[in-house]
Amino acid sequence: MSTAIDVTTTVKVAAPKAAPAPKDEILVIAQKWKKKRGSLIMALHDLQGRLGFVPRESAMKLGRAMDVPLARIYEVVTFYNYFKLEAPGKYIISVCTGTACHIKGSGELLKGLEKELQVSEGQSTPDREYHLQGVRCLGCCGLAPLAAVNGKVYGKLNTSESHYLIERIQEDKPMVVAHEEAAAE
Amino acid sequence: MKPEELEIKAAAEKAKQQAFDVRLTCCSSTGCQSSGAAQIITNLKAELKAKQLDTKVQVTGTGCMGLCSKGPLIRMTAKNQKDVLFSDIKPETAVTVVDEVVAPIVGGATIERPTGALETHFLDLDEPFFAMQDRVVLENNGRSDPEKLEEYLAHGGYQGLRRALTMSAEEICKELLDSGLRGRGGAGFPTGLKWDLTRKVQSDVKYVICNGDEGDPGAFMDRSVLEGDPHAVIEGMLIAARAMNATNGIFYIRAEYPLAVERIEKALRQARTAGLVGKNVLDSGWGFDFEVRLGAGAFVCGEETALIASVEGKRGTPRPRPPFPAVKGLWNQPTCVNNVETLANVSRILLRGAAWFASKGTEKSKGTKVFALTGKIKNNGLVEVPMGITLRQIVETIGGGTGTERKIKAIQTGGPSGGMIPEHQFDTPVSYEHLQQLGSMMGSGGLIVIDDKDSVIELARFYLDFCVDESCGKCAPCRIGGTQILKMLDRIEDGTGTLEDVRKIRKVAKAMQKASLCALGQTAPNPILSALKHFESEFTERLQPVATAKA
Repeated sequence: MSTAIDVTTTVKVAAPKAAPAPKDEILVIAQKWKKKRGSLIMALHDLQGRLGFVPRESAMKLGRAMDVPLARIYEVVTFYNYFKLEAPGKYIISVCTGTACHIKGSGELLKGLEKELQVSEGQSTPDREYHLQGVRCLGCCGLAPLAAVNGKVYGKLNTSESHYLIERIQEDKPMVVAHEEAAAE
Repeated sequence: MKPEELEIKAAAEKAKQQAFDVRLTCCSSTGCQSSGAAQIITNLKAELKAKQLDTKVQVTGTGCMGLCSKGPLIRMTAKNQKDVLFSDIKPETAVTVVDEVVAPIVGGATIERPTGALETHFLDLDEPFFAMQDRVVLENNGRSDPEKLEEYLAHGGYQGLRRALTMSAEEICKELLDSGLRGRGGAGFPTGLKWDLTRKVQSDVKYVICNGDEGDPGAFMDRSVLEGDPHAVIEGMLIAARAMNATNGIFYIRAEYPLAVERIEKALRQARTAGLVGKNVLDSGWGFDFEVRLGAGAFVCGEETALIASVEGKRGTPRPRPPFPAVKGLWNQPTCVNNVETLANVSRILLRGAAWFASKGTEKSKGTKVFALTGKIKNNGLVEVPMGITLRQIVETIGGGTGTERKIKAIQTGGPSGGMIPEHQFDTPVSYEHLQQLGSMMGSGGLIVIDDKDSVIELARFYLDFCVDESCGKCAPCRIGGTQILKMLDRIEDGTGTLEDVRKIRKVAKAMQKASLCALGQTAPNPILSALKHFESEFTERLQPVATAKA
């Protein structure tokens, strides 16, 4: 199962403040972390925060700038679920597969979305609009079952509601509205 | 900041809050944020301003109040009346809260039980869900704004640190030992003892690490504490550092918890500005500072040696102990890793004293425990209960049962490392020893309820699959053993398993428990073993008759 998590974009460790001139992003990241011991994972968080994933060229460049062998970088990137090696879609739909969600039917929700988007879990749609993945617990178990879309949590989903979820994502509206509309119909 | 200033600031903040007739605190944790908490706060403020009530009514965010399934929640504190809680508030309902309750109260009315549109949103704080809890770690959740240092100070914040600064390292360790506090990450090692071991190791550099890598799927205690009371954890870290003469502090937090990271970073900035963290802590001449490091999605990093490897920027794989981190940890220096909830408890213990803490709980398990109550349960959410309370009280009285016509079949505590406890054993008191006797464990606080429709084989398979996926692969018993049990379990599930499979599962499980390098492998067979112990018939029903299997 792909367990990369999409909330990267909202983690605010990145953003080296106001680089003087538009410098190369990767060099800025390397500069920021190079002198701090054991900071490779933090540098990779920054990198993925900017680019959405860790492209091979960028990893090579970061390695050279930080004086870390490429093998070490890949060792880390492939070990941790959070890091992605391929570009994800525009909307990353992460269905929580933690225990609470599992018991409340996250499996069915995932299947529904697979059918709706016509992709398998861990894949992106051919137009790169959507990326569907099952992820580890997002820590909002009170709202199970849930999914996060680009870091935004959609909770208390109905396992048969995948259709609504896609619509809400497109309109950038909260899921609550969908519940009401469904009740009205 | 000088120590005396703590009181001055606290008094100023209290006076400020008391100047308002009504105070509305709206949950602003991840769960409620996703249901529009920020918009609710904005709407409340706008409506109050429009009605010219903004000088009489204060609106702030607050930490998780527990009943996540009914969120977003708003707590109303008003003069001369009981606190009231409103549930399921939507951004649009915010206006109604102002119109129907807040405005009349400012006008002099007393409304302890609203009627009209808000009647269905009303939650009585005398209900068992709230009344039976004992909030120590979560005491500020619901009443103070986690993003404001002054609000933490108003509730005695950093007074525990102030006291610790007047004590010797040895005295602080003794205080913790006397309190009886045990590690809340799950294993339950006495915190005072752990600190004392680290204290005794001589070294110029020593690290204290806060383990905020809450990996148990189905648990969110640590997230709620980090988000709801970040200063309490920082204060606990400072006290820990003082007790061990540590030199550097590190917060290791899951990257999947962006809001928790944000709150801790913000709290650290505030504490630095106020002189509570940095070169001269509370004008004592002692300096201490922190770094924040993010996890990257690996369950095994909850294990302390794996966590340390991850902080060093490496793959998070555990290593054999001894040497224990207390002797050789981060960068080969003495290191002490503490869980978030443990550290939050530390602040309260130093504030109120060891005897106060030791008066709660059972003989060997003191204090309270925070549980994330989820699964097939009516009152889904976060609860803090005194140790010694029975499982039945948690599940049935506080949790309200399944809330459907189905019956509760079992609970699982301790997540993937714990075990299932069948309904007939629910009268067991909650303590480290009792839960272990039942073949489960306290764990970090996940408590999942399953009903009579759910399959224990399926749940055991879910947890095992998780452990197999999360195994770092370094040691053979965990890497190979887990996969083998999973295969046998799959056979049993699809009806092709035999009695031999059950026998082998037990055998492999024993090998994993004895020979795995770290707790992940050692405890991975627990769910399946407990399922076999309590629900063996569910397995045997699905087995092939021996004769057929042989043929």
